[in-house]
Amino acid sequence: MNQHLQKPALQAADQGLATPCAIRRPGALASLTLAIRLAWRQLKADRARLATAIAGVMFACVLVFMQLGFKGALFDSATNMLAAMRADLFLMHPMTQASFRPERLPRIRAWQALADPDVAQAVPIYLEQATLRNPATGSRRSAQVIGFDASAGAVAFTGLPPLIEALQRPDTLAFDDRSRPEFGPVGRLFRDHGPYHLQLGRRDFELVGLVEIGPSFGADGNVVMSETNFRRVFARPPGMADLVALRLTPGADATAVQARLRALLPADVVVLTHAELVRGERAYWEKGTPIGFIFLFGSIMGLVVGMVIVYQILFADIAGHLSEYATLKAMGYSNGYLSRVVLGAAVILAIIGFIPGLGLAVFLYDFVAKATFLPLHMPPDRALSVFLMIFAMCFTAGLLAMRKLRDANPADMF
Amino acid sequence: MAQPCPVELHNVTFAYGEGELRRTVLRDVALRVEAGEIVLLTGPSGSGKTTLLTLIGALRAMQQGQARVLGQELAAAREAERVALRSRIGFIFQSHNLLGFLTARQNVAMALELQGGLNEAERLARAAEMLSAVGLADHIDKLPAKLSGGQRQRVAVARALVAQPGLILADEPTAALDRASGQEVVHLLRDLARRQGTPILLVTHDPRILDIADRIVAMEDGRITQHSSSAA
Repeated sequence: MNQHLQKPALQAADQGLATPCAIRRPGALASLTLAIRLAWRQLKADRARLATAIAGVMFACVLVFMQLGFKGALFDSATNMLAAMRADLFLMHPMTQASFRPERLPRIRAWQALADPDVAQAVPIYLEQATLRNPATGSRRSAQVIGFDASAGAVAFTGLPPLIEALQRPDTLAFDDRSRPEFGPVGRLFRDHGPYHLQLGRRDFELVGLVEIGPSFGADGNVVMSETNFRRVFARPPGMADLVALRLTPGADATAVQARLRALLPADVVVLTHAELVRGERAYWEKGTPIGFIFLFGSIMGLVVGMVIVYQILFADIAGHLSEYATLKAMGYSNGYLSRVVLGAAVILAIIGFIPGLGLAVFLYDFVAKATFLPLHMPPDRALSVFLMIFAMCFTAGLLAMRKLRDANPADMF
Repeated sequence: MAQPCPVELHNVTFAYGEGELRRTVLRDVALRVEAGEIVLLTGPSGSGKTTLLTLIGALRAMQQGQARVLGQELAAAREAERVALRSRIGFIFQSHNLLGFLTARQNVAMALELQGGLNEAERLARAAEMLSAVGLADHIDKLPAKLSGGQRQRVAVARALVAQPGLILADEPTAALDRASGQEVVHLLRDLARRQGTPILLVTHDPRILDIADRIVAMEDGRITQHSSSAA
């Protein structure tokens, strides 16, 4: 009866089952695919929980998109005027921090820049603020007045070319159709009735056309006029300009010309490309105001809330299936495999929460842009960076939830 | 010469806790399960039979003694070796522990996903075959919640057997079942294991299923007290 209690012949057993590892394991990719499929099946099984998780990720997504959108829109709108003013190169006084408060530079620098063979045109630009009377209500509001010689063709605004002739007449101006509505129905009256008189400062002007610029932080609206007309309104020292726009000969290398002009001109001017000019203005608002921080804080809060929601969902999924997870471990599934299931669920939530989140954000951008006149739009790099943020958020939630897997101990299953 | 011995334990001692709380649950246990043999392990609660089963199933690390299961030495086995060994053992638990969000067939196929070389269609086909073998051909695409207790346990049997394990470990597989379904499940288990030549080590209190055993091992106080051959 106790033949089985004989001293075990461990050595003898070696001959038969010598190699314990006879089973070929699936490859890493197959194993990952299966883990993600298991995660998806588990998520799919509880529709209400899945909907909550998607809503959580969407919420975080939309919140971050709106924060970044508002931030971008505010900074974009801060630089509307300079962004709309297109020329090849610009000269500016190095002390100028923002276009609403320019340091004047000697106008002679414009003529000096013409010494470079590749500079075809040099046009001084004059900037002042003046009040414009609302044609419907008679109230006044401050607008940015931009004066320059449009006929030289160095500076381009959308809508400007057909107005160049008319703007050369005395006391004419063009109004920025994208100005805030507080200026009254200036554009609509023009489109309905043609040219009419507008009062700028204490002087009557003839409105001869509309251009597109957009309101900035510094001004709610813009007015464009010729240099001569500008000097009729504002008493300014004749030798000083606020900005100089340069047009280069076709095919000229702007970077090379920029370098030559830097060497040529004295230190009271800087030579900037259009992008540098806009970037400098934007940097002023980004650094000089807490706007950036406010939106960063809002974005982080959104991500934290989203992470907590995703963590809760993943944690509840593990806690509710502890015995099943332990069974899988008993069946030979490794901790690593189950970790991949949890992370797979996190990644799935990131993706299926991001897509509707992106859609909703695009819709809201459009909605808010119409309501506030802020230039909200969705550049692809913003969509990508928000996706990476959401991905990191879900992944972190997955890593945190994964610790709960330790509680699934197959030895407790019996 | 006989086939190599699937389970071979020698001088296995195991204790829970530390210091004054230390409680020895296995003392000098020696046990062999021969190829194709069906061994029932009985004994009162706390006699250590479940602990013994978790040690053999590589679910717990060994403390003292030697144990060789399916050729794997357990005494100094690393976690990865134990995980690999588990995939060659079919486990059947007191409760079925099926994944509620998978159908019967998907649950069974989970046992095959650890093996490379099979594609999804082959896995599902083999799972369906095994479910037919346990009499559930008409229920393969049902979720566990739609099955009766006996049916669920039969799915668990199919899951334990489908990967053609070298050993089946079962812990009170009939505890949650009525007499008829319990009988049905263990007889199925026995017949299928016999066909595959798979040895079974089954822990039970249930006197109604002792008839399936080749041999009954009784435990008490962490010691094996009695071996008896039941069927001739």
